[in-house]
Amino acid sequence: MVDGYLGSYALLGVLLLVAAAFFGVAFGANRLLSPARPAEPAGKFETYECGLDPVGGGWAQVHIRYYLYAYLYLLFAVEAVFLFPWAVVYLRQGVPAVMEMAIFVGILALGLLYAWRKRVLVWQ
Amino acid sequence: MKDISLPHLNYAALAPMLILFGVACVGVLVDAFAPRKARYPIQLVVALVGLIAAFVAVVLRAGKVTAENAITAAGAVSVDKPALFLQGTLIVLGAVALLLIGERALERGGPFVAQAAITVGSDADQRQAARESGATEVFPLTIFSLSGMLLFVAANDLLTMFVALEVFSLPLYLLCALARRRRLISQEAALKYFLLGAYASAFFLFGLALLYGFAGGITFAKINESAQNGTGNITLLYAGLALVSIGLLFKAAAVPFHVWTPDVYQGAPTPVTSLMAACTKVAAFGGLLRVLYAGFDRVHWDYSPIIAAIAVLTMLVGSILAVTQTDIKRLLAYSSIANAGYLLVGVLGNSALGLSSVMFYLVAYGFTVIAAFAVITLVRDADGEATHLSRWAGLGRRSPFYATVFTVILLSFAGIPLTSGFTSKFAVFSAAGGGDQSWLVIVGVVSSMILAFPYLRVVVMMWLSEPGEQTPSVSLPGMLTSAALVIGVVITIFVGVAPQPLLHLTSEAANFIR
Repeated sequence: MVDGYLGSYALLGVLLLVAAAFFGVAFGANRLLSPARPAEPAGKFETYECGLDPVGGGWAQVHIRYYLYAYLYLLFAVEAVFLFPWAVVYLRQGVPAVMEMAIFVGILALGLLYAWRKRVLVWQ
Repeated sequence: MKDISLPHLNYAALAPMLILFGVACVGVLVDAFAPRKARYPIQLVVALVGLIAAFVAVVLRAGKVTAENAITAAGAVSVDKPALFLQGTLIVLGAVALLLIGERALERGGPFVAQAAITVGSDADQRQAARESGATEVFPLTIFSLSGMLLFVAANDLLTMFVALEVFSLPLYLLCALARRRRLISQEAALKYFLLGAYASAFFLFGLALLYGFAGGITFAKINESAQNGTGNITLLYAGLALVSIGLLFKAAAVPFHVWTPDVYQGAPTPVTSLMAACTKVAAFGGLLRVLYAGFDRVHWDYSPIIAAIAVLTMLVGSILAVTQTDIKRLLAYSSIANAGYLLVGVLGNSALGLSSVMFYLVAYGFTVIAAFAVITLVRDADGEATHLSRWAGLGRRSPFYATVFTVILLSFAGIPLTSGFTSKFAVFSAAGGGDQSWLVIVGVVSSMILAFPYLRVVVMMWLSEPGEQTPSVSLPGMLTSAALVIGVVITIFVGVAPQPLLHLTSEAANFIR
C-alpha cells in the first residue's frame, strides 16, 4: 500500500483514473462503432424524445418574493438540525440544556418576530 | 454513552461580548416594535449605552485578568490582556464610527437608504429618496458586527475564529449596500465585498481542515504543541497556515488580497467606510497576531520570509497606486492598504515589542482614519459628498477651519513628527528592526516617502489653489459628527505629542495566553 498521511487518498486517485478511462473508452467506442450518418426523425431533438410533447419553454420566472420564504425556511431548517441531537441528551443534562436551547430558539424567534413585524409574512 | 459535560463559562470575561450581542438583539426588537418616528433616537441611545456598558465590562475585567483565568468556554475563548486591549479599542473606535453612522443633520434622513430593496431609479425610489428617513437597522447591524469583532480577537481556536469572522463580516456586507446616494455603486461594492469575502472565508475554512489534520485539534495550544513536538505532517501545517493566512490577510487588505478595498471603500456609505477602515483593521490584525504568535510561534522562521514579501508588496503597491488616485475615498483606501503593510512589518517584529507596536499602531491609525472620513462626510454639494480630488481645490480659502483639520490628519498619515502617524510608524519600524528585519524597515521608510506625496498634494491643492465654481462648501456638522471629529483629531495629536500613556498600556497588554 501507499504510505504517508495522504496515502489513504490513493484509492480515490485510482478511482479517478478508472473513471476517466471508463469515460474515454465508452465515448471512444461509441464514436468508433456508431454509424456516421445517424437517422434524424422528427422530434429527435425535443426535450423528451418519448412520451408527451413538452409544452412551453424550460425557463420560467419565479417571483423574487419567494426568497424571503426561503430565508424563513432556512431559519427553521437550521433550528431542526440542532433540535434533534439536543432531544437525545436534554433529559440527562437537565435544566442548563433546556435553558441553552431556549436561548437558541429565542434568538431564532427574534428573527421571525422581526419578519412578521416587517410584514414579510403577508403576500402583498 | 459518555455524558456530555457542559463547558464552564466565565461570565465576567465574556460580559463585553454578551452585552453587545444582547444590545443588538434589543435593537432588532426596537426596529420591529417601536413606532417609526421613535426608532432613530431609541436605536442611537441603546447602541451607545450598550457600547459604554461593554467598555465598562472590559475595563473591570482588565483589572482582574491573569494567565490562569484568561481561558474560558472549554478553551474556545481566551480573554487575555491583548484581547481585552483590542476589545476596548474596538468598542471605542466603534462608538466613534457609530456617531458618524447616526448623524442626520448633514442630510435629510441620514446617510442611509430607507428601503434598500427598492429598484434604483424607480418612482418608489425617488419618493423614498425625497421623503423617507434612513433605515434604523444600521444600528443593530453595526453592533452585531462589533460583537463579532470582539469575539474574533479573543477566539482561542480556529473554529470559534471562523464563526466570529462570519458574524462580523455578514453585517458589514449589508451595511455597504445601504448608501442613500449613488445606490448602484454602493450595491456593487457590497456584492464585490460579499463574493470575495465568501472566497476568503472558504480559504480560511479549508486551511482549518488541513490544520486539524496536522494537529488533531483546532485550538492554538494544540497546534503549537504539535509544531513543537514535530508530530504530524509538516506539509499539512504549511498548507493550512497558508490558507488560514489568506483568509486573514484578505480582511486586513494586504496585497495581493487587496483588490476589493478601493471599490468597497468608495462605494460604501462613508460612515461605514470609516467603521471598516478602523475596526475591521483592528479585528483582522488582532486575529492575525493571535494566529501567528499563539498558534504558529514555532514555525516563525518558516513563515517570516513570506509575510515579509507580502508586507513589502503591500507597502509598495498601496503607496504607488495611492499616487495615481483622483478620488479622495479611493486615495484613503490605497493608503489603508499601505498601512496594512506597515502593520505587517510590526507583526514581523515577532516579540512582545512587535505585538505592542502593532496594537499601538492600530489605535493611532483607527482614530485618525475615522476623523479623515468624518471630514469627507462634510465636504458636499447638492449631489451629496464631493469626493473627486479636483473638487477639493481651494477648500482652504473657503473653509479654513476644516481644511486645517484635514491638513493635520493628512500630515499624521504622512508620518510628520508630533502626530500619531509618526510615533506609530516609529514603533512598528523599531519593533521590526529589533526582530532583525532592517531591510523591511528600509522599504517601509521608502514607501512612506512615496505615500507622503499624494497626501501633500491634497494639502497643496486645498491651500494653494484658487477656489473655483466647482469647489463645494463644507456643511456645518451636527453634534455627532463634531464629536467624532474632535475625538479623532485630539487623539491624533495627543498620541503624537505624548505617546507614553498609550505605549505603556500596549506594552502592559502584550502577552497572549493560549
